Amino acid sequence: MKTLKIYLIILVLMGFSHLKSDEKKNELKNSILKNIRCLICQGQSVYDSESDFASSIKLIVSKKINEGMSDDQINDFLREKYGDWIIYEPKLDKNTYVLWLLPLLLFLVGGAIMRKNLNFRK
Amino acid sequence: MKNKLNLIIIFIFLIFCFIIFYKGLDKPNTYAPKTNIEKNLPIFKAKDFILDTYFDSENVFTEESYYIVNIWASWCVPCRKEHSLLMELSNNQSIKLIGLNYRDNLNNAKKFINELGNPYTQILIDKDGTLAVEFGAYGVPETFLIDKNKRIIKKFVGPINKKIVEEIKLIIK
Repeated sequence: MKTLKIYLIILVLMGFSHLKSDEKKNELKNSILKNIRCLICQGQSVYDSESDFASSIKLIVSKKINEGMSDDQINDFLREKYGDWIIYEPKLDKNTYVLWLLPLLLFLVGGAIMRKNLNFRK
Repeated sequence: MKNKLNLIIIFIFLIFCFIIFYKGLDKPNTYAPKTNIEKNLPIFKAKDFILDTYFDSENVFTEESYYIVNIWASWCVPCRKEHSLLMELSNNQSIKLIGLNYRDNLNNAKKFINELGNPYTQILIDKDGTLAVEFGAYGVPETFLIDKNKRIIKKFVGPINKKIVEEIKLIIK
């Protein structure tokens, strides 16, 4: 009887862990889909769109997650098929250095000017 | 001296902004798919339209010749328009046509082929559109030209026309 109880508890826990992993997969899927541009829609992500293109992408993202691919690998897969434009967040490469580094540079220059002014007032 | 330095910094910043915006003027702000990118053929498994069996991609593109992969559907009006040109291309011995039936009803697709003719060596079924994504397609109709090294060398988004057919013939000659 005791063994049966333990067995049942393990089974229930296993069920919960399965649900938890499904939830995690769903969260990952949604975060990936929100970062993919629907190329045939106007200003919509694949997550928001119900077009044929978007639903095919949704299916393929689910398939790739089940195959064990990470979000970066899925993004790279889609970039290879459709180019950089399909992903909202641009990748850091030679074409996007200015885009990524300019805010940091402006922040540093601004900070330096502010510091200099404060020192000057003192 | 300090004012002069500030002025120089502002001036350099404005010049920088001007260059960025000026360069941006040359770039179109609408998305246009790239048609000339060379890519490897995707590896896939798909159901045959007639035989009802599954084929691996390596068993589809077996011969050392040019291939055309055409994505079509019976519900797609432009596909009907381009079909006569595909029939014309199918008469060319140096190219094989593979059809990808996209998100379609099988009976309607069969009626479409019976009515307009079958230009394809083989038709594969893409029930959920995922196979089209593996090819990097946006929708229907779309046509891919594959060279003898099994690389996608050209992509034509939308229905093909006489000009495109001539272009294909020139490449495969």
